[in-house]
Amino acid sequence: MLIKKPEEFKSGEITDKKTYLNRRLFIRAAVLAGTATASTVLYRRLNPPPIQLDKGEKLTDIGKTPDAKALEQGFSVKEPQTPLADITNYNNFYEFDTSKGGVAYAAKGFVTRPWTVSVGGLVNKPATFDLDQLLQFQLEERIYRLRCVEGWSMVIPWIGFPLGKLLDKVEPNSQARYVAFETLYDPKRMPNQRTGVLDWPYVEGLRLDEAMHPLTILATGLYGETLPPQDGAPIRLVVPWKYGFKSIKSIVKITLVASEPPSTWNIQAPYEYGFYSNVNPNVPHPRWSQATERRIGEFGRRKTLLFNGYAEQVARLYEGMDLVKYF
Amino acid sequence: MTDTRFFKLVVFTNSLIPLILLLWDWAHKRVGANPLEFVTRTTGMLTLSFLVLTLAVTPLRKTFGINSLVKLRRMLGLFAFFYGSLHLLTYVWFDRSFKLLSVGQDIGRRPFILVGMTAFILMVPLAVTSTNKMVKRLGGKRWGKLHRIVYAAAIAGVIHFWMLVKSDVRLPITFGFVVLLLLAHRLVVKYSPTQRPSPSTGLFPRE
Repeated sequence: MLIKKPEEFKSGEITDKKTYLNRRLFIRAAVLAGTATASTVLYRRLNPPPIQLDKGEKLTDIGKTPDAKALEQGFSVKEPQTPLADITNYNNFYEFDTSKGGVAYAAKGFVTRPWTVSVGGLVNKPATFDLDQLLQFQLEERIYRLRCVEGWSMVIPWIGFPLGKLLDKVEPNSQARYVAFETLYDPKRMPNQRTGVLDWPYVEGLRLDEAMHPLTILATGLYGETLPPQDGAPIRLVVPWKYGFKSIKSIVKITLVASEPPSTWNIQAPYEYGFYSNVNPNVPHPRWSQATERRIGEFGRRKTLLFNGYAEQVARLYEGMDLVKYF
Repeated sequence: MTDTRFFKLVVFTNSLIPLILLLWDWAHKRVGANPLEFVTRTTGMLTLSFLVLTLAVTPLRKTFGINSLVKLRRMLGLFAFFYGSLHLLTYVWFDRSFKLLSVGQDIGRRPFILVGMTAFILMVPLAVTSTNKMVKRLGGKRWGKLHRIVYAAAIAGVIHFWMLVKSDVRLPITFGFVVLLLLAHRLVVKYSPTQRPSPSTGLFPRE
């Protein structure tokens, strides 16, 4: 390298010390600001903020059970309802995204019309219902607790109708003992179905008497409006005394069967998620206790109730059954 | 300000940015429906990320010949410990309401808690012996040997993450892959005949 001797420089060519230091300072400031911006952007990408909702359609003609009777039957609870923003930005819906905060974004714009639900199997009158036909059932408001197997819970004002009413229409025959459900399989509309995180399509099942129980509903809305995509639009199951994953979303097929149908999480990890999956504080999940839960919006943890607080209504379904063995 | 001090400032600032943004989001209620879970998850991810950054220093230094990188390693390691402490605090506070007995029970019941706790405990002696004084007291060689515990801490951290995920293990796998790669690099360097590490590239920072 050629190093000029001092006398070879004209005095005007020498950067004076102040400029040199200024330039150095400038570069350093740029490095600091640049990396700080990059870190901020990186963090933001990893922790996206909640998104704004697409407005749902208003659901009308919703039947109301008188308050006292609703409380007695478990159709309503006297507990503060979880805000809509939380219900719609904290979702387990692996067809769209495996992170609870990312589902709302991934499900935005999910098209639910046209939509049909075929009901068949061991029935006398198999039928396919489109969405408008399903909305013909007398809709009711049901304010249910929702307890996720992960240890958090919400209180959600669903709009829907008892599953039993739909099953009555197709007339299950004498061999039918279980009901199998299936979610839409369409990787173009449910992008995460391209991955192998679960065995698609999502399937679930209930015993026929569980399915016919008045607490078991098919929900088409919440907070008085049609279901947002991230909550299982356009129609989903809600079984309030079971862990949330039993309440299968975006249903396209219901089949009456003779023997216990497969269920997705049970296939995924048979020792962790049983077919029944009734909420039970006394049966710990292998990786976490189920004794307590965090109600969304609360700071501490509250005690989890047997059958999620619906023991009075549903315990008789399991009389004489070993709830540890049939978890 | 010397270059070393300046780059330390850069690392320090960038390492604090996630904490500042987390506090900012908390203050503005932008931490989602389950803020406590959000904070626990975020601090956990930060702990693992800083462990990975700490482990990346030596391979990067050797691959690109930037020896001065080692001067930033202690700070990265301490930030891993810092976020790990916050992560543990969120668990003991939000999840257990400071009931230590229930923490003990929980460790017995939930294996992933046991593994996570192990990872944290492994980091404690490293943080304690991170000062120049401690390096001198232990002697460089012994200090270096002791600080190999960080490999175990990182592996335990990845397993802890892996165990708590329900089915989408892509992220834990990615962390695991990166950690393995960084550890494999050390083995390759150690056992390749042409590239023996010279004694001058010691394991402890010289300043």
